[in-house]
Amino acid sequence: MASWIDMTFILVVVVDLFLLASSRLGAAIRAVAFQGALLSLLTLLIASPAHDLAHVAIVAGGALAIKALFIPWLMFRAIREAAIRREMEPLIGYVPSLLLGGTGVALAFAFSRGLPLPTPETHSFLVPTALATVWTGLLLVVSRKKAVTQVLGFLVLENGVFVFGLLLTDFMPVMVEAGVLLDLLAAVFVMGIVMFHINREFSSLDTDALASLKD
Amino acid sequence: MVLLVILVPLLLAAVASSWPENRSRPWLLLLGAAAHSVGVVALWIAPEPPFFDGYLFLDPAGKVVLSSTSALYLVTAVYAQGYLRRRAEKDNRVFVSGLLGLLSAMTVVALSQHLGLLWVAIELTTLATAPLIYFNRNARSLEAAWKYLLVSSLGIALALLGTFFIALSGAGAGGPRSLLLDSLVSAGPELSKPWVRAGFVFLLVGYGTKMGLAPLHSWKPDAYGEAPGILGALLAGGVTNVAFLSVTRVFQVARAAGEGGFACEALVGMGLLSMALAAVFMAGQRDFKRMLAYSSVEHMGILAVGLGLGGAAVAGAFYHVVNNGLSKGVLFLAAGNIHRAYGSKRIEDVRGAGRRLPLSGPLFLAGFLAVTGTPPFSPFWSEFVILNGALGTGRWVVGALFLLFLAVIFVGMGATVLKVVQGDDRGAPERPGFGDSWLTAGPPLVLLLAVLALGLWLPAGLARLFHSAAQLVAGS
Repeated sequence: MASWIDMTFILVVVVDLFLLASSRLGAAIRAVAFQGALLSLLTLLIASPAHDLAHVAIVAGGALAIKALFIPWLMFRAIREAAIRREMEPLIGYVPSLLLGGTGVALAFAFSRGLPLPTPETHSFLVPTALATVWTGLLLVVSRKKAVTQVLGFLVLENGVFVFGLLLTDFMPVMVEAGVLLDLLAAVFVMGIVMFHINREFSSLDTDALASLKD
Repeated sequence: MVLLVILVPLLLAAVASSWPENRSRPWLLLLGAAAHSVGVVALWIAPEPPFFDGYLFLDPAGKVVLSSTSALYLVTAVYAQGYLRRRAEKDNRVFVSGLLGLLSAMTVVALSQHLGLLWVAIELTTLATAPLIYFNRNARSLEAAWKYLLVSSLGIALALLGTFFIALSGAGAGGPRSLLLDSLVSAGPELSKPWVRAGFVFLLVGYGTKMGLAPLHSWKPDAYGEAPGILGALLAGGVTNVAFLSVTRVFQVARAAGEGGFACEALVGMGLLSMALAAVFMAGQRDFKRMLAYSSVEHMGILAVGLGLGGAAVAGAFYHVVNNGLSKGVLFLAAGNIHRAYGSKRIEDVRGAGRRLPLSGPLFLAGFLAVTGTPPFSPFWSEFVILNGALGTGRWVVGALFLLFLAVIFVGMGATVLKVVQGDDRGAPERPGFGDSWLTAGPPLVLLLAVLALGLWLPAGLARLFHSAAQLVAGS
């Protein structure tokens, strides 16, 4: 069982690295959807009998429905309507991105070694996975130009926060977790609407066009 | 009553989104603002016990922020009647319901005693305001809305991670295992210190982004520059203040856990950086609405310095919350009037506003004097208390830098403001029908009189409130 859990954590990090090196948007969206499914699986895997099962099922089901199905579907619609396929000109190239991502993973492991968990239950890969995923998300947002990729980066960042939240499932009230999923949905929803308008105003989804405001 | 001040604006937001008529819809805004003010006054007269399992409670710090927000909101709601009548060609459905939703979300932030609920409410303030920045439906306002949404969302995601860190810090044996402020503070030293410190850093970055502290302020000039003046007033005088309140909540936890020294240094550092950056970008600013954004960065810096200094300065910071809220209202509403009368916000085009707009022009000038801390306006006194706090505790360097930045900002901002207000307006671009009216120039005038009155006479009840807020947050 423990090896399965570790395996899933590693897969989450592998998806992070894949995203940093990926230039095709379709593949990147599928990867984010796959990561969402992994998170849903993790929620079930690390649940112990002490957890409230209904609660675990709601969180896992919610993650699967929103992170793995609904949002990827929304993103596919957005790129189909805007007719874009590739992230052509990242600000930071794919190889430097990968190197930065790899450094992030190493730092995440070092950092979490320095911060001992106060809780008894430990999955040694949980904290590093969460931090590495947050780092990847940040990196994607700042180093990519297409609005779609920036939204994907934000989703990856939220996924990292979600992984960390798994540590708290046994004592955080449901309200906060529902808030997490809801806010994620709402944020992307609004972003989607804005993206649609960016597309209409500039006939492209390139945030380079958004550079007239500066000092 | 606690439930009422949250639910009435929310309900009216729902009504506004289905209200059929564009012309009468702004009345809902006034109705919501009036009901909210009545509710806040009632809470002053008859304080209420904690509500909803202790999640909602109006403590002194929340009372300062909620009262100033409610007053500012009421005045801007009156202004909105005149403003939206002049923009009758635009559909105001999203605008009115977004503003009402914003009032509800800001109220939840002020009342929240639970870090998770606080976070949800902060996220809601972002979602309620992002579409409103796009009110003018052009490429520039779209760019501003996109940046605001992306930068704020990143900040909020990091704040959530910080909230999780704090939750984890209390998860050990004997820990509170809760995010209620009371139980976190009373657990104090039981919390795991490294996690509290990491949590404070992430929350300061997250809520600091909402406040617009440098270097996390990149959304601010664009959003304030492109948003209608009324939204600018509410963002700079309301949303940033509730974000500051969120930082004080987290600071309370850090201090109880014995990480107060670290938190204070971080706050003073970021505060001074914000003031320095505002001083640099304010000088030679060609766009008077963007200039106001840097003024907001500066005042968030002043608040952070006040909180970080501790001691008497914390009461000064809470005093400054009120002053900042009211004087930002004067500036943004007057700037909005000037912007409309000229159809431009570049100082190459705008001159002689004092002549063309006999109320808004002088109000803009007086608002500038108030916000830069000229006596007898109230920001002078709150900045004085903070400076005194710095010198009284022997922080000479901090005090000297604080004074230096204030002086540089006064000069830089003054140059731009005088170019706008003085001179001859003949030949400047003109848009007829956008002169001063009582509905558009009256509200900033009322706010300015309030700033003046608070500077001349601070009621004893308010002074006590600032001290009990400081007592609660920093134990001083």
